[in-house]
Amino acid sequence: MSAAEATPGEFVHRPRRGAELFLLLLALTVGLGAYAAVGLGMEDEIPADMATYGGVLALMVIACHVVVRFVAPYADPVLLPVVAALNGLGLAVIHRLDLTYTELGRDDGFASRQLIWMALGIALFIATLLVLRDHRSLQRFTYTSGLAAIVLLLLPLMPVIGTQINGARIWIRVAGFSFQPGEIAKVLLVVAFAGYLVLHRDALALAGRRVLFIDLPRGRDLGPILGMWLISLGILVFQRDLGSSLLFFGLFLVMLYVATERPGWLVVGGTLFAAGAFAGYQAFGHVRQRFDLWLDPFAYYGEGTSDLGRQTVETMFGMAWGGLIGRGFGNGRPELIPFANSDFIFASIGEELGLTAVMGIILLYGLIVERGLRTAVVCRDGFGKLVATGLAVTFALQVFVVIGGVTRLIPLTGLTTPFLSTGGSSLVANWVIIALLLRISDQARRPLPAALPEEDEEPDAATTQVVKL
Amino acid sequence: MNRPIRTLAVFCMLLFGALMINATVLQYVNAGDLNANPSNRRVVDATFSRDRGAILVGREPVARSVPSDDEFEYQREYPAPFKYAHVTGYFSYFSQTGIERTYNPLLSGDDSRLFVTRLVDMVSNSEPVGGSVELTLDDGAQTAAFEGLEALGEGTEGAVVAIEPDTGRILAMVSSPSFDTNRFADHDFGALNDTFEELDAREDEPLLNRTIQTTLPPGSTFKIVTAAAALESGAYSSADDLVPGGSSYQLPLTDISIENGGRDCGTDTIPFTQAMEQSCNTTFLALADELGVEAMQEQAEAFGFNSEYLDDLPLQAESRYPGDLDEPQTALSGIGQSDVAATPLQMAMVSAGIANDGTVMKPYLVEELRSPDLDVLERTDPSDLSRAVDPDTAEVITEMMVNTVAEGTGTPGAIPGIDVAGKTGTAESAPGRPPYAWFTSFAPADDPQVAVAVLVEAAGQPAEIAGGTLGGPIARAVSEAVIDR
Repeated sequence: MSAAEATPGEFVHRPRRGAELFLLLLALTVGLGAYAAVGLGMEDEIPADMATYGGVLALMVIACHVVVRFVAPYADPVLLPVVAALNGLGLAVIHRLDLTYTELGRDDGFASRQLIWMALGIALFIATLLVLRDHRSLQRFTYTSGLAAIVLLLLPLMPVIGTQINGARIWIRVAGFSFQPGEIAKVLLVVAFAGYLVLHRDALALAGRRVLFIDLPRGRDLGPILGMWLISLGILVFQRDLGSSLLFFGLFLVMLYVATERPGWLVVGGTLFAAGAFAGYQAFGHVRQRFDLWLDPFAYYGEGTSDLGRQTVETMFGMAWGGLIGRGFGNGRPELIPFANSDFIFASIGEELGLTAVMGIILLYGLIVERGLRTAVVCRDGFGKLVATGLAVTFALQVFVVIGGVTRLIPLTGLTTPFLSTGGSSLVANWVIIALLLRISDQARRPLPAALPEEDEEPDAATTQVVKL
Repeated sequence: MNRPIRTLAVFCMLLFGALMINATVLQYVNAGDLNANPSNRRVVDATFSRDRGAILVGREPVARSVPSDDEFEYQREYPAPFKYAHVTGYFSYFSQTGIERTYNPLLSGDDSRLFVTRLVDMVSNSEPVGGSVELTLDDGAQTAAFEGLEALGEGTEGAVVAIEPDTGRILAMVSSPSFDTNRFADHDFGALNDTFEELDAREDEPLLNRTIQTTLPPGSTFKIVTAAAALESGAYSSADDLVPGGSSYQLPLTDISIENGGRDCGTDTIPFTQAMEQSCNTTFLALADELGVEAMQEQAEAFGFNSEYLDDLPLQAESRYPGDLDEPQTALSGIGQSDVAATPLQMAMVSAGIANDGTVMKPYLVEELRSPDLDVLERTDPSDLSRAVDPDTAEVITEMMVNTVAEGTGTPGAIPGIDVAGKTGTAESAPGRPPYAWFTSFAPADDPQVAVAVLVEAAGQPAEIAGGTLGGPIARAVSEAVIDR
């Protein structure tokens, strides 16, 4: 948050598309290098389909770049390369686990499916950028988004299409593909919250009564949003999806805080969270179990126990074994960790690529969050600010909850690791999130018409500018 | 709205900082503890899969790792499983024994002396390779000992140890019954478990290394120690000195009388050498009583009793000479009964001490440790364990032991053309159980190359258990194998 951006009227951003292209090439080296390293580590040779795979990956990434160059020339240049690097690395790790799963005769083929989902995610990314020329038009869909989010969250509870996997009923299965509608609902909820809050923020902040130390807003201002939030949260609790419940709660709280600029909301929210966690601990066996597993996983590991701590203990063993630089692809035993390619992919990376890669990935995630919040700061309209903040914070919370859970910083709750884990819904939703952030940042960084220099050095930027206004 | 966003940015930074610190704690700070956790399959499997170093006798491996096709890349193999079982021990997925256990860090490649090799491995990203251990054992002596015990028939329980007197190198170490170490190297853990349960349940305890883990009353072989104490006391100085004799001896403070089993032990006094040749109980009971418990214990400890001295194998039992014996017990200790108990290794060390002019050398099994590149990392230097007796005393006892083999009870241990110094022993055990047969000797008497101790607890073939007849031929075969090499 530099001083320059505090006064966006005076600072003129440059498109920086060249920088993005350069960073994308670096990101491609990460993805392809990892793929080659998997081949070398597992089968002592560069994979035979290296060129094809490299071509496909490069094509997808370059396609993104070209679309951004034309329809969002002022978009943030860092986000796309970071995401490309993470997605490429994730593919390589999933492919590496596939090889071992094939050897062990277990379910495999996750990598090719993931590649298809990535293509779909990128298609949606491009579509979002092409269709949505101004993020403010989303504001029209405030209530539609909210309703859609609730419907999506309800879908897994429907009798035919809903499926329960690993104790959580958060999946739908259509035509052989399983999908987590909650991932899309996440984006829709951000839009709904932002649209509502930007209209009612003054009323929420100023009108109301003071009860004890807190200024409570009027019921008619808070009511709809509280209702929406309670419904979505209720559904999640009912579906036993702790991770998403936590995520949505945090999201709601943060957006309310940003919209009203009242830190009191954080205090109220924090108290509610503590109370909720305590109540959940008392009321639900599965919440209590998560806590116990977190406090002493070794008590639930090995013969003669329920063995529920296996995931956590094997993760700790694996990451410790990886140490500073990791065992290298093919030299670790990530297959000992259940769900090593989805929720626990971070443990696989820690084991084979070491603390070095772990730090790198956390930094990349940090960079995404930072660019998202920077976009929010620079953004000129309240709606854009709220959407960008919401998306960035969702991302940050999700990364914290899943990585913190896997590395035993906090109790484990099931969430996917953005862009790394297998799982189409999450991947697609995250690509859309990035598209939205790019769209908002393009709007935010675009020079004001008056500030446009007469002779623009970037003709395409200028043309786009004209088209868009 | 920018102020809350900035606050959120700081909050997110704290979250990510916490993740980084936590990852560092997990992968760096706590990594050592987690890697040392015995239920950590990664570490156990990786160690188990390594190209483990060989255990060598001479140039021949008695334990080696060969490439295997299954998930563990190497298979441990023992070319002569039964013969060397108790020395090499076994290397199973769950545990190790013997040299496999004591030298595990070196064999598995984790030893700090392999630091440079490991550094190279790390840089070249190859798995560590273990160093090798060369034993002091002599294949000829070991074979003679193993076959000697085997010749006593199925069900024989016994042990043989041979030592090079002037160095302490252990030349043979065999315990019977033995077991197939290859069965423990099985990668089929079900079968491995069955093997362990089967062998562990057997009453003749094949997993026990009797040479160092069984302590039994040494019987008449302990008369060497009593004789040494008597000579060291200054009361006697030559083989011809007269010592108490007689056909029976009444234990002090009791009405128990002990005789000599019909051997000629004179009436009042007899020459020291005759008492030794005929293994006269009456003489050594009287001598022990005369010397007292303190002098006897001091002498026993000078030979190594009441201490541990073998560093190369785990779970060694201490030979015992208790300090709190009353008078009748002290007298009985003179003939190796009462609460006196010794391992076969200890009795071999008694002979070796006499053979080496009174100095007992510290026994050892490992000659050399080598890196995977065959560089010598460490070579064991012989060292004195203790000064048991004066050279003069040693000379007198040697003379008496030579006479024992030449003319007395030890004739089955004689080797034609070579002077052998030896002593038999037949120790009483619990009533109703057959006695134990002991034999200890060294040869050649004038230039000792090998000291042997043989213990036979139970022989397969029905034969009279007496020290000389069972143990003598085995000691002789082992000595010949060493002298002829």
